[in-house]
Amino acid sequence: MGKRITIDPITRIEGHLRIDCEVDGGKVVNAWSSGQMWRGIEIILQGRDPRDAPTFTQRFCGVCTTVHALASCRAVENALHLEIPLNAQYIRNLIIAAHAVHDHIVHFYILSALDWVDITSALKADVKKAASLGDSLSNWPRNNYRELQAVQEKLAAFVNSGQLGPFANGYWGHPAMKLPPEVNLLAAAHYLQALEYQRKANMIVSILGSKTPHVANLVVGGVSSPINLDSSSALNMERLYYIKTLIDEVGDFVKNVYLVDVCAVGALYADWTQYGAGVTNYLSVPDMPMDTKGQAFNMPGGYIQNADLETFQPITDFNSEYFRFGVKESIKHSWYEGDWARHPFDETTQPKYTGFQENGKYSWVKSPTFYDKPAQVGPLANVLCMYAAGHAPTKKYVEAALATVSSIAGAKVGPEALHSTIGRHAARAIRCAVLYEELNKQWTALMENIAKGDVKTYSRYSFPAGEIRGFGFHEAPRGTLSHWVVINSGKIKNYQAVVPSTWNAGPRNQADALGPYEASLIGNPIADPERPLEAVRTIHSFDPCLACAIHLVDAKGKSIVQVRAL
Amino acid sequence: MKDQEFEHLPSHFGMVSRRDFLKFCTIAAATMGLPMSMGLRMAEAVAAAKRPPVIWLSGQECTGCTETLLRSTHPTVEHLILNLISVDYHETLSVPSGHLAEEAKKASIKENKGKFILVTEGAIPTKDGGIYCLVGGRPVLEIVRETAPYAAAIVAIGSCAAWGGIPAAAPNPTGAVSTQEVLGDKFKVINIPGCPPNPYNFLSTVLYLVTFKKLPELDEKNRPLFAYRRLIHEGCERRPHFDAGRFALEFDDEGHRRGWCLYKLGCKGPVTYNNCPAVLFGDVGARSWPVGTGCPCFGCSEKEVAFTEPIPAMASLKFVEPSPALVGEGAESRPGGRVLRLTPPKTFAPIEAPRGAGPSAATVGVLAGLAGAALGAGAVAASRLGKGKETETAAETKKED
Repeated sequence: MGKRITIDPITRIEGHLRIDCEVDGGKVVNAWSSGQMWRGIEIILQGRDPRDAPTFTQRFCGVCTTVHALASCRAVENALHLEIPLNAQYIRNLIIAAHAVHDHIVHFYILSALDWVDITSALKADVKKAASLGDSLSNWPRNNYRELQAVQEKLAAFVNSGQLGPFANGYWGHPAMKLPPEVNLLAAAHYLQALEYQRKANMIVSILGSKTPHVANLVVGGVSSPINLDSSSALNMERLYYIKTLIDEVGDFVKNVYLVDVCAVGALYADWTQYGAGVTNYLSVPDMPMDTKGQAFNMPGGYIQNADLETFQPITDFNSEYFRFGVKESIKHSWYEGDWARHPFDETTQPKYTGFQENGKYSWVKSPTFYDKPAQVGPLANVLCMYAAGHAPTKKYVEAALATVSSIAGAKVGPEALHSTIGRHAARAIRCAVLYEELNKQWTALMENIAKGDVKTYSRYSFPAGEIRGFGFHEAPRGTLSHWVVINSGKIKNYQAVVPSTWNAGPRNQADALGPYEASLIGNPIADPERPLEAVRTIHSFDPCLACAIHLVDAKGKSIVQVRAL
Repeated sequence: MKDQEFEHLPSHFGMVSRRDFLKFCTIAAATMGLPMSMGLRMAEAVAAAKRPPVIWLSGQECTGCTETLLRSTHPTVEHLILNLISVDYHETLSVPSGHLAEEAKKASIKENKGKFILVTEGAIPTKDGGIYCLVGGRPVLEIVRETAPYAAAIVAIGSCAAWGGIPAAAPNPTGAVSTQEVLGDKFKVINIPGCPPNPYNFLSTVLYLVTFKKLPELDEKNRPLFAYRRLIHEGCERRPHFDAGRFALEFDDEGHRRGWCLYKLGCKGPVTYNNCPAVLFGDVGARSWPVGTGCPCFGCSEKEVAFTEPIPAMASLKFVEPSPALVGEGAESRPGGRVLRLTPPKTFAPIEAPRGAGPSAATVGVLAGLAGAALGAGAVAASRLGKGKETETAAETKKED
């Protein structure tokens, strides 16, 4: 019988997550992933105006802001069979691409880098060596001696203040920390620079959607931010060129810093390509629609089974029946009344809290399946699907990243290494570089369309009498997101969101198969059960977002809740 | 190390003895792989000037309020955390997970009793004993209740913490309430509503607290007047269009493209107190706030409006007299009379004013315990630790007030 460890709360994520592991012989042999917070926003949506749905659902999550508003618009538009103007697609695409770039940068540096980087070791780094190492890795001008020296001094002053704030009790000096001091110093410098560049990515979102988190301009029918080159109160030349300037600045950081850092960390922690694969069915959806109907996309998506790229089956439009009929959610192990797996349109869920029952119900997160199998979603799934689809920018960055890793590691590293904890980080950085190129493409498409004289940003519609239903998907920073809506005579009757972190953080499913977090932990080394850094590394590699993951649909009547002491 | 090396340090750090404190610093240095002498330097630094500690508790939230801080440029989040305050617990920022994070929180609360700022983000579910939000196996309801008595000041960031926000929207499935409702009248919670609020409304409040060691002026809902004194409608750049009767009637119509008033598209600016048009979002200059980009305000900071009134529905305008809090003492005698009377009510939209309330003597007393000052050395010398026993005694006496 192994030792049981409970990590609660998992920090440096969005939301409230508890992870339980059984450790035997220094390895995880069993695992449970449990979401600890529930709000019931879908219940709140019932009976409301469908035009309110994007504003409400965007508030599922402030980290994955924009994504739910977009999926919600797409779901209602799908129900209405509504085409939206090209400009609205491009503006939406710019927003989600810029948001994703910001989000990926924040995830790697702020939320997960300190699993791999020992800041205290950076204090011992030889600054000259660190600067020349930086020079050898990329042509980023801010790897210079003076900047690195200033960072080291800043860190020393902070540590000397004796108030370590959020860094107190970190995994400093942990035996699993392996980077040399100079790499740690470079990473620390990039940690601080990342904060600057994520702000720039966000400024693109602000120019288009103003307030962020929770942009205001994603509305059913298009966007509510008009274009008028002859007005100071609309998207005009000054605003458009501000966006272009920011795209270029952010791109430099993504290509010369983020991608390079992830490759270096991957190469220096090459053993972590063996851990954390877990569920290797990969689901992603196409995104960056380039037409009014959602049938032509710049970034492909689809489904891969058992890590075999040959099995790739593409998903090709907003009405995809392959996607629509493949999704189910199970609540056998979730804190809801009953024991079933159903299609999102057919769910009737009521909360039923039982306390943590490792063989029974133990999480507010449901367990989604694609054609009855658990699937991993996220940048890794997205990159593998785009790679399998022959997407040129993805192939270019995958190959470049693997070449960099191989050269630093001094051994050939192939795409199979991506099925791992460190692979998820690599895929996120690759996706971020692809998205940077996408930002330029969307900006150009928008400018060219405006040049043609088309400034339309919104399509009219009205809600018919009777029942309509629709779904909308989006390849969000954390993976495949879908919203499902039933509308009756202009009122929401039923609303359901099947969210990336639900796919990944879900508990065991109807067939008791482990969810992706759980499966990925099996076989993870744990050197010190008191400081289970390795488990945290694997969980963080998914970029958890628990506020998103937990929601509920269609609780008819009063909620019935049974409370049992733990 | 010899004990006399530390004789220049005070005998007590709050509740912690010098000996225990030095032990803590030495162990902290050792766990970071640093030489023993670093422990001494850490102890000296703490004795010299302290960054005000902040404990950040998350309830039913989306983390959007925390995310706003990533967008801030003055100060930046890195300057805030490395130089201005000490975020000793925050689920999204804390490097350690699980019991290691919980221990860091406990240690900070113990060391900084009566001296830290408690920030709450998210609503707090009260139904069924609060089981809808657990942290470390315990309802956040209990965690907030047990932490609040030790805080020098409490700041509720965002509409969820300030008045319940989206989790409290009908039918409020989890019995979600605000921080003030959980804590009751014995506590004064400073509310920074907004979904999320402008980061500067929050940051300015915290920096105000730690710099001036008193509460900013608040309205009757305990919102700082510097941010929530005026209706959005009053500062709106599209107000001339409202006054002239030029309205956008549909998204992307000619009026919308020309920047006309969004009232008829459901804008809640006339019933929402906030400084959005003045402070803007994202530091990108021109018109970077919802109405400025063509999007009707949905009243995200107002309890009676957001998540209650349908977004496309027109706000009901109320015609009310401005209150003295808005126009100021002696406004009657100014040339032209009371300032707002300059606006003929039949043509111009009305303005409802909040009533300001200054800090009570009791709350000022509590804040005297606040540790350190964000401005750093010299700003609020009396609050510093380690200036000798007199200072310490003075600080303690003040705390008793």
